[in-house]
Amino acid sequence: MSRKHESAGGHVSGRAVYTDEQHPPAGLLSLWPVQAPHAHARILSVDATAALAMPGVVRVLTAHDIPGENDTGPILHDEPLIAGERVQFYGQPVAWVVAADEAQARAAANLVKVNYEALPALLTLEQAIAAQSFHLPPAQVSRGDALTALELAPRRVCGEVSIGGQDHFYLETQASWVQIDAEGLVQIVASTQHPTETQIIVARVLGIAANRVVCRCLRMGGGFGGKETQANPFAAIAALAAWHTQQPVRIKLSRQLDMQLTGKRHPFLARYEVGFDSNGLLQALSVKIYADGGWSADLSPPVLMRAMVHIDNAYFCPNVHIVGLIGKTHLASNTAFRGFGGPQGMLVGEEILARIAAELNLPADEVRERNFYRTDGDGSCNFTPYGQPVVDNHLAELWQQLKASSEFDARRQAVARHNAAHAHSKRGIAITPVKFGISFNKTEYNQAGALVHIYTDGSIQLNHGGTEMGQGLHTKMLAVASRVLGVDVARIRVMATSTDKVPNTSATAASSGSDLNGQAVKAACETLLARLRPVAASMLGGAAEQVCFTDDAVFLHGGGRRLAFGDVVHAAYNARISLSATGYYRTPGLSWDPKQGRGHPFYYYAYGAAVAEVEVCGFSGVHQLRRVDLLHDVGESLAEDIDRGQVEGGFVQGLGWLTCEELRWNAAGRLLTDAPSTYKIPTLGEVPRDFRVALFRRSQEPSTDVIFGSKGVGEPPLMLALSVREALREAVAAFAAANVAVQLASPATPEAIFQAIEQARQSAVQPAAAALDLAD
Amino acid sequence: MVSLTINGKTQQFDVPDDMPLLWLIRDFAHLTGTKFGCGMAQCGACTVHLDGSPLRACVTPVSAVAGKSITTIEGLSADASHPVQQAWAELDVVQCGYCQSGQIMSAVALLKAKPDPSDADIDAAMSGNICRCGTYQRVRAAVHRAAELSKA
Repeated sequence: MSRKHESAGGHVSGRAVYTDEQHPPAGLLSLWPVQAPHAHARILSVDATAALAMPGVVRVLTAHDIPGENDTGPILHDEPLIAGERVQFYGQPVAWVVAADEAQARAAANLVKVNYEALPALLTLEQAIAAQSFHLPPAQVSRGDALTALELAPRRVCGEVSIGGQDHFYLETQASWVQIDAEGLVQIVASTQHPTETQIIVARVLGIAANRVVCRCLRMGGGFGGKETQANPFAAIAALAAWHTQQPVRIKLSRQLDMQLTGKRHPFLARYEVGFDSNGLLQALSVKIYADGGWSADLSPPVLMRAMVHIDNAYFCPNVHIVGLIGKTHLASNTAFRGFGGPQGMLVGEEILARIAAELNLPADEVRERNFYRTDGDGSCNFTPYGQPVVDNHLAELWQQLKASSEFDARRQAVARHNAAHAHSKRGIAITPVKFGISFNKTEYNQAGALVHIYTDGSIQLNHGGTEMGQGLHTKMLAVASRVLGVDVARIRVMATSTDKVPNTSATAASSGSDLNGQAVKAACETLLARLRPVAASMLGGAAEQVCFTDDAVFLHGGGRRLAFGDVVHAAYNARISLSATGYYRTPGLSWDPKQGRGHPFYYYAYGAAVAEVEVCGFSGVHQLRRVDLLHDVGESLAEDIDRGQVEGGFVQGLGWLTCEELRWNAAGRLLTDAPSTYKIPTLGEVPRDFRVALFRRSQEPSTDVIFGSKGVGEPPLMLALSVREALREAVAAFAAANVAVQLASPATPEAIFQAIEQARQSAVQPAAAALDLAD
Repeated sequence: MVSLTINGKTQQFDVPDDMPLLWLIRDFAHLTGTKFGCGMAQCGACTVHLDGSPLRACVTPVSAVAGKSITTIEGLSADASHPVQQAWAELDVVQCGYCQSGQIMSAVALLKAKPDPSDADIDAAMSGNICRCGTYQRVRAAVHRAAELSKA
């Protein structure tokens, strides 16, 4: 199906309404935080006297003003909304000023006097590991006997890889508007991926029942995971201010505040030992993996687990032992970000495969391909370490198609010729696969609801539990409803997501927004059709099962008289037939035991592969992305233009994470890269002009029943950018006189690439891998 | 009191001289198509036209544009019929949409200066407009398409 974005008209004319684009109500107040100048400190006193005397200031909120629980933690209750006793990261709010406008609130915030007693802080993951500062006990995924198999493996190497974080940099910063209505209900409009959780947490903070809180999301100017849990504190502080002042309150963070206060993609550290044979086949893998959780747990436990179950990526290894820990540091609390730990896990896996190829002096693509999950024999090589089969495994077919369409082999020879002829400019080309599990690891999140109303004029309102953040979910839901009801899209209006329309929703996340909500919409529409069919049958003089709803008309199978959809609806109303229905869906067949790290957590996998070719300058480490070829599996697309956009955009975002986005903090734990002047995200100039994107056409019917044969596409394409990292590794290796295992930092900034080149040039012979203590 | 012509309409605004133009446009002229992205002229979300040339409204004090003529996204056309808007819709460029007013305003200014831009021209003119959804490939294609539509 080809569908244009449902908001396209509003977007190109500037009329699409986001949270901060609503018509302001009278008396709308604004907020600004008082931020702690310490990463870790005890709060001794807070004196707001001078601030309260400033023009426009209505109130200064501290932890004492919270009527309910001072906590916004989504899993653990470890996240005070306002720091009361202890500061746990640099810039953490210890009070909020409420004033008539933002400038007044900001000016007054400077006058709030806070006394602190500074405490020692843990500012890096390495420091947290050394101090044994962790959020939870270790998590584990294992199969076979990895330690014995490592002993027995013909070849064995150790390594370590450190992975940088990533700021979400959604163009629309965190935003919420809250009003206490005349009935005393808390009415929230928030830029949130999880309106239900926002509702629950606001109720928790205010100490009231959830039925007194309504949370709506109009649309988001980008989310990317950054508004899954981290929209909640800002909705909660606005709600608290509205609660106390009984006036409407808005919050819309400045860019710096947003970058300072919100968590990022988790930085990771992995230490691995891998055993393999002379053909490069994996025999045993032991990995100790650490995520930097920041000051609170937030979503770190499931992020860590998704990393642990994506280290395998597309590769079968019979003996695996993975242990994961979440470092507790005094930094902003890291959170969901497109891929949710999957990208970090897969980076580790690809690092290991590249290392094996270098050790054996084999082409990396061959080593990758040899290790793919495969369905031949007894099928045992198609099972992941956590015990789930690789559902509908298209890896080999997709890989071969991309290798051919990208002319990989011929281009590799051309790259070699370039490298032989140029001493200071080297090219690299690489192909990498993606296998990404679709469904929330947490089984209970895999449910959704919808509510569809048909009005007597034949127009339709569609409500579902998902939120629109640019991924085109509303467009896809329109496509589903229009297809099931057989009506024109123009009849249907998608309503803003609201907790009083569809309750108890899951976050719009995990690439599952259209899978879950699409099935719920379909179910609601089928209920309505089942009610309309007998009405139409009696109007047409046929049997209910003969009635077709197609092309905005209603007729009996085989043709004959055609009724207008609106006439059938009106007749149904007159016959006292309900024209409103809910729909509900839960993903079948899922199970997960987080303690054992085993089960069938994913309904299916999304597959893809990418070829990237780069050219690296030996003097500067600057690289140019010469050409990219992406082939990605979206099944039977619900909206091809939108899916291709997700593939293109996901790749670009991954490219930023891996090559140019670098977070830096000073010695006090203050984020230095808190603006686009210091934090570099990809711009148009970084995107290759030769950028070829194709959607994979599978040759076999899927074994799963995803909505109209489609597949989730939000996250998986981000990891296609790992091809760029591997192409850079190839180019760096070409600077060395002999075969080397390239150590490449992530992000591979020009500085990091230059250092890797220097290292590669100096190590003509592969140095013996340092033995690492995997037991620490 | 500052006098300013926005989208052809001359108005008086009772605002401080040092107020950023973006604030005036959004909070006083109530035109919210122009967006705040960073506040330091680094992201392009607040791009408007000053007498036809692109300008970052977030760092421009209103005193610097007093008496001049500003065009915002809302002033391009009444019905999204400007060739750049048409090209954007036709190629389905937009994802979340937040940066797109700025992208479109930069593209309109580019096409005015160079009716038939090369890829290099587009890269140079549009690299100051960040899109976190990564719609860049379509932005490039849509600028070319808008150039065609403008000729038709």
